[in-house]
Amino acid sequence: MMKFTVAILVNNQFGVLNRVTSMFRRRQFNITSLTVSETESEAFSRITVQSEGDEVKKEQLINQLYKLPDVCSIAELYTTDTVNRELLLIKIRNDPQTRGDVRSASDAYEGKMVDYTKDSLIIQMVGDSRKIDNFIDLMRDFEILEICRTGLVSLQRGGTTIRRVTNL
Amino acid sequence: MKLSGSDIIVRTLIEQGVDVVFGYPGGQVINIYDSLYKYRDELKHVLTAHEQGATHAADGYARSSGKVGVVIATSGPGATNLVTGIATAYLDSVPIVAITGNVPTNVIGTDGFQEIDITGVTLPITKHNYFVGSIEDLADTIREAFRLAKSGRPGPVLIDVPKDVQIAVGEFTPQPEPVPADAALPAKEIRIRQAAQCINAAQRPFLYFGGGLITSQAQDELLQMAEIIDAPIGCSLMGVSGVPTDYPRFLGMQGMHGHYACSTAMHHADVIIAMGARFNDRVTGDRAKFAPEAKIVHIDIDGAELGKTVTPVHGLRGDVKMTLQKLLPLLKPAQHPQWQAQIARLQEEEAAGLDSREGMTPRNIITLLNDYLGENTPVATDVGQHQMWAAQYLNLKASRRFISSGGLGTMGFGMGAAIGAAMATGERTVLVTGDGSFGMNLNELATAAANRVPLVILLLNNGVLGMVRQWQTLFFDKHYSNTNLTDRGTDFVKLAQAFGAQASRALTLEELKNALDAAFASDGPYLIDCAIDKDEFVLPMLPPGGSMDDIIVKIGD
Repeated sequence: MMKFTVAILVNNQFGVLNRVTSMFRRRQFNITSLTVSETESEAFSRITVQSEGDEVKKEQLINQLYKLPDVCSIAELYTTDTVNRELLLIKIRNDPQTRGDVRSASDAYEGKMVDYTKDSLIIQMVGDSRKIDNFIDLMRDFEILEICRTGLVSLQRGGTTIRRVTNL
Repeated sequence: MKLSGSDIIVRTLIEQGVDVVFGYPGGQVINIYDSLYKYRDELKHVLTAHEQGATHAADGYARSSGKVGVVIATSGPGATNLVTGIATAYLDSVPIVAITGNVPTNVIGTDGFQEIDITGVTLPITKHNYFVGSIEDLADTIREAFRLAKSGRPGPVLIDVPKDVQIAVGEFTPQPEPVPADAALPAKEIRIRQAAQCINAAQRPFLYFGGGLITSQAQDELLQMAEIIDAPIGCSLMGVSGVPTDYPRFLGMQGMHGHYACSTAMHHADVIIAMGARFNDRVTGDRAKFAPEAKIVHIDIDGAELGKTVTPVHGLRGDVKMTLQKLLPLLKPAQHPQWQAQIARLQEEEAAGLDSREGMTPRNIITLLNDYLGENTPVATDVGQHQMWAAQYLNLKASRRFISSGGLGTMGFGMGAAIGAAMATGERTVLVTGDGSFGMNLNELATAAANRVPLVILLLNNGVLGMVRQWQTLFFDKHYSNTNLTDRGTDFVKLAQAFGAQASRALTLEELKNALDAAFASDGPYLIDCAIDKDEFVLPMLPPGGSMDDIIVKIGD
């Protein structure tokens, strides 16, 4: 199934995330990644959603989103002209037998060790989703204690902004 | 000027052109009711028996008038009792504004007495809803709710106002005019041109409309198009009354219990022009087999409807009326004699298959009722067999005169809705109901009696839940599980009389005629307990998920 990403600019109001996700739930759109954050303006929040489905499903999703009064504008983000990043924090058992391998892998992926105790270590990594996925896969050879990743944050390359989509 | 929150609520309603609201008082709206008392000469409040009845009344008011209906209820159970009514309005795109009270702001979130998160509860069944946390936002939130309710595809909006906001005093600046609906727009020109080409190439065009045509007031444009392109017209249940029943090109309702000629013609069409309709499963049956040769041109103000269930060749997002106005000049006058001959044959087949029995058959009953209907008589229904018979056989002359729960199929809708329609139109109103549906909200007889609502209740009493029984007969080996109501032994005549309504019983058409004479001369509610057989069927019937190949037109023994 095709994955696609949309950025949604919404009114920065109480309960808006609930309205958006409630629509996803009741219309059976799957969410594979979701991030919400404040924006350059106090008036708006930005929701970045990754979902999956064919072209028709995607159209439907965007049309249904536009019906929510709190949704101000929507932009589909294409991988080719978008900067996509996720942040990963992964906690691994600090085992003297393997810690060297963990460190090498982390270095190869430009990860950063941000916590180190005798029992565990935490690696921080920034990258696109595939890089993060690959690194997690690599770490499965070791004992993963906990994983937390942010979900996708995305901005279109160049001067285009989501607010210009609807001339807000 | 400085006003209390509850005064602001009532003043803003009056400012928005509201002349009657429906509701039920309670602890967390007692201040609003005090303001209603204060402004009672400017805004009439109708006390219903139950909050559900109040929502249906606001809904019937809106459907029959095109104005926004308003309902007020207290927190907790008062608010949750609105849910079915709000959902009914949501599924049929009816503009209502529901105002609920809630516990004071400092109690919110503590599970206070009669506290419920009604904005959370109604999230998926409202166009939008609001929790008003501050008196400064109150008036503008109400105005915004009215704008949203009536703009674009209409729908219900709920405003939850905690008690302290009702009590607080704030600045109120009256607005001279009700807030207007957002300007409607036609579809894009390029789409209209493409659609026109498609329509101009049609050999077997079929015009199909739903409730959106009525909302958009596009009847004239529709009929003009039918004449230009020589096309038959059909509608969904929600479209009934959108075109006069006896208009020559009108084939009636399509769908699961639609008219035979209409459903068959739509099935064989090569171009279907759908306007303000949403191709619900009761319309399409098995989608894969629906109208296999048809290219669909779909015009709807809600872009999300285009392609939702069926895939149009041309999806036109825009106001139906304005889009048709742009489309009409692009259409080439056409004649389709073969297609018309085919339709004439279908109509003959339909006429030959019509129920021709004498006596108290559903068709004879509704046909007799037709003699009593004025040009503008609103007819409300409940949900079930009687609803389908009404949709099939009523002879309606004006738009917004068929008030029926289509999308949600809400049994118990009719009493409240009929009261609302009577209040909105000032017309004597008819409710066609069944003993099952009527049993659900018959408490609203109290409302009709108290307000001397001129209401003729035609109760088709078969002692069973007829529609479910019909399915049990056809698909469940006659296992009549929990569909027999005769054990109840309710005497509906005495019951109506106990509520202060007039009533009589009709076992024959002669008796029914006498009863209708009396009912249509009465100045208050009048119930006619009209006996019909428990094994009457609604026909034709497309079995659920079936196609035109599976149509049942006759029931064998």
